[in-house]
Amino acid sequence: MSEEHAHIVPYKTFAIVWIGLLILTGVTIGVAQYDLGPLNVWVALGIATLKAGLVVAVFMHMKYESWLFKISLFATLAILATFIGLTFVDVLYR
Amino acid sequence: MSGHVHKDYTGAKFGMWLFLFTEVLLFGGLFILYAVYLARYPQEFISAGKELNVWFGGGNTLVLLTSSLFVAISITALRRGKKSLCLRLLGGTIACAAIFMINKYFEWSAKISHGIYPGSEHLKELQPGEMVFFNIYYLTTGLHGLHVIIGALIIGWAMILIKSDRINANDFVILENAGLYWHLVDLIWIFVFPLYYLILH
Repeated sequence: MSEEHAHIVPYKTFAIVWIGLLILTGVTIGVAQYDLGPLNVWVALGIATLKAGLVVAVFMHMKYESWLFKISLFATLAILATFIGLTFVDVLYR
Repeated sequence: MSGHVHKDYTGAKFGMWLFLFTEVLLFGGLFILYAVYLARYPQEFISAGKELNVWFGGGNTLVLLTSSLFVAISITALRRGKKSLCLRLLGGTIACAAIFMINKYFEWSAKISHGIYPGSEHLKELQPGEMVFFNIYYLTTGLHGLHVIIGALIIGWAMILIKSDRINANDFVILENAGLYWHLVDLIWIFVFPLYYLILH
């Protein structure tokens, strides 16, 4: 039994991503100290999405996986976006 | 034991991802609750959010990010034949989980001693939006904390399998899947932290 396994991610790649995540965490906390009005939530979400993207792509190996994995993740997020969108179409116009 | 045992590396990993997608939808639902109530009670979410301690929240964020680093590196270590390094890294991940839960214990104890917990008399005296904030805070972080405990147990189980070489450099998908679950725990917190601890304005 021999299988083609994806390439091994070097320690250094993980370490660099981790440093990036720490920096982004600092940025999130820093930006939150300023009053940007409604923009605060969106900036916070944007940075969180960036951090999540790094975790999914590198730590969870998605960057090296086949199209099947990428498409199904995209489909899940599209479903979630639909739930959020339709909920707000209801809630905002009651 | 001779004979060819059929293994499906891609299938095993994809199956885990399918399960993770259900978890995304589960916690996604809790984030939808947050979003709807934030839209309805913007000021109360800010005032209630200020009661949360950014040091606990931020500290726990760093702890989980580091725990994810450890479990990711542990897979590379195992595949490169560094079995004892792998086990020490996984031990480090479980230690991070323990630190996270200890932080949470102190954080929740402080809140509970001030009468802030679901169903308390004090909570009923707050503004409706503030009561909602704390209720979904406990719901979301409570469910997340349960996942931290489960994740730590799964990693402990993987460590036992690695020790007996059931998981090894040629057959490591169980460790990868345990790692995927753990990264999901980290991912959820990546969103929980700014939404609950950093809405200050």
